[in-house]
Amino acid sequence: MSITVYVPCDSSAVSVGANRVANAITQEAEKRGVAINVVRNGSRGMYWLEPMVEVATENGRIAYGAVKTSDVASLFDADFLNGGSHALSLGLTEEIPYFKKQQRLTFARVGITDPVSLEDYIAHDGYRGLKNALEISQADIVKHVSDSGLRGRGGAAFPTGIKWNTVLNTPADQKYIICNADEGDSGTFSDRMIMEGDPFVLIEGMTIAGLAVSATQGYIYLRIEYPHAFEILNTAIANAYAAGYLGDDVQGSGRAFHLEVRQGAGAYVCGEETSLMESLEGKRGLVRFKPPLPAISGLFGKPTVVNNVISLASVPIILDKGGDFYRDFGMGRSRGTLPLQLAGNLKHPGLVELAFGATLREVLYDFGGGSATGKPIRAVQVGGPLGAYLPESQFDTPLDYEAFAALWAVVGHGGIVAFDDTVDMAEMAKYSMEFCAAESCGKCTPCRIGSTRGYEVMDEIVNKRDLDKNIPLLRSLCDTMLNSSLCALGGMTPYPVLSALNHFPEDFGVSVEHNAA
Amino acid sequence: MTEPTMMQTVQTIVADLKDKKGALLPILHAVQNALGYVPPETVPTIAKALNLSRAEVHGVISFYHYFRDTAPGKHTIQVCRAESCLSMGGKALENHVKTTLGIDYHETTADGQFSLEPIYCLGNCACSPAIQIGKDVYGKVSTTDFDELLKEKSA
Repeated sequence: MSITVYVPCDSSAVSVGANRVANAITQEAEKRGVAINVVRNGSRGMYWLEPMVEVATENGRIAYGAVKTSDVASLFDADFLNGGSHALSLGLTEEIPYFKKQQRLTFARVGITDPVSLEDYIAHDGYRGLKNALEISQADIVKHVSDSGLRGRGGAAFPTGIKWNTVLNTPADQKYIICNADEGDSGTFSDRMIMEGDPFVLIEGMTIAGLAVSATQGYIYLRIEYPHAFEILNTAIANAYAAGYLGDDVQGSGRAFHLEVRQGAGAYVCGEETSLMESLEGKRGLVRFKPPLPAISGLFGKPTVVNNVISLASVPIILDKGGDFYRDFGMGRSRGTLPLQLAGNLKHPGLVELAFGATLREVLYDFGGGSATGKPIRAVQVGGPLGAYLPESQFDTPLDYEAFAALWAVVGHGGIVAFDDTVDMAEMAKYSMEFCAAESCGKCTPCRIGSTRGYEVMDEIVNKRDLDKNIPLLRSLCDTMLNSSLCALGGMTPYPVLSALNHFPEDFGVSVEHNAA
Repeated sequence: MTEPTMMQTVQTIVADLKDKKGALLPILHAVQNALGYVPPETVPTIAKALNLSRAEVHGVISFYHYFRDTAPGKHTIQVCRAESCLSMGGKALENHVKTTLGIDYHETTADGQFSLEPIYCLGNCACSPAIQIGKDVYGKVSTTDFDELLKEKSA
């Protein structure tokens, strides 16, 4: 029997050479006349060890990493196919502390299965949630999701059950499920990992959502920056259709659910749900006024559920094990788990799925291993480009929506970007304004003009010109953007800007005592 | 067999996709995939098929960073400008790329080999700094790595 070797096809693993390593292993095996079966799995999320090669043994999978093509011959020499010892040996994958300490619910299969193998998905508890959903009423499906306490993982943290219930109770001849896969927040990659590493869990979650609210058509709005996810999703969708998990008659239930992937075109604002729907309709991605809520009048004017990838990918386990099972993880009103993405200047960046409640410090040091450069971590941005910067004094905050909100910060989509002490926070604030100016849809004035003025004012501040005038001007401008922008882009750009100013005034040329907010 | 002309390519794409709901973005993607950009002279054809004005189609093309109305170089290099990459030397890499190519963002080298575009996050934040060339993403890119990639692509 041939030995199974796993080399991730995850695009981050590929970005550091996984394809070359996979080819080198195949060639070396041929040269030596050894029969192996190379499976391209998702990533386990320990990116500093990528490309991480795993070998299936009687005792479980044994990992080697980070593997370079030049290591391949010596791995064969060390009999890695039977778990032989090598300088790159990491032991049993699931005993690696970084992995073992996690609570993987949504990411249960990522890195374990062949992403596009439906057989593999089903063998690893896949489609059990759908099976249950087909046996209960629509109201009961929604009740499980409500009971789970699941809140929108895209960043806004709105209760998913309430959204679904509204769509369920709005009569219409057509309803839609949209998966927001426009993962534009810098420092985040969990959506990408799910779509590349376990696409069926998303397909199953969307199918359950469709059944729950009587929506027969789903769209995955995928950012153009993820071409690899596009291919994997389309392959998985084709496989699901072929096996009767999608189509006019889902698993013989007589109920239809169709699914299509649509690509965005490089506009950050299209991650905002109403802008996303405009884009799906073939228009400029201008933000809509709310109300009407998308749940009442959304895509093409029809009731629409818009959920993030991680929210939808968490639904199958909720329907499999029940809302109570999921709700038992977490703290306060933040229930379940959050896949955190450790990024930036960290020694051990990667994906860490944990129940809500771990502190930022635990995540940064116990998992992240401190900074990659070995210098002190000075600032951490949590929640993407619109998230606040937190100084060291706030590192003991638990990862919980309300605890972060109390600090005027956000958990958002769970991205954590660390900076060492070489960072210039005034430059980062200037960058935030520049980003907002580049990505503003232009519909509302506070965002469109405020961001450009903000960039100009920050440029003055960075050059230490007229600080007595410009600092109050910056605060006033941020106040306008915060309180009168149409959506979160203009409305939250002040978070990184003002948190940088408030916590790191010295970088703005302002002394702490003169920096009253 | 002769190669289809630009207009024939666009007409085939439009005929295939125009009946999809919200067809404009899928059509623009297909055109750009086939031709490398959306030539302004194809806009009237697209607009007519979808019963839109030329201004509406132009408005959509110009709204999205990804769509372009001029031919790109042989290779498009995208440098991530976002925070995670900035925390790992992204600014120095960006400066190096611009100096080496001798162009700024949204420009193409005189020999038509490389176009340079900024990008705000490739989702490769655990392997920062990152760049993309064509559809291939590269992580933990040093200035030396970039020089080697450039040599490889120029060959």
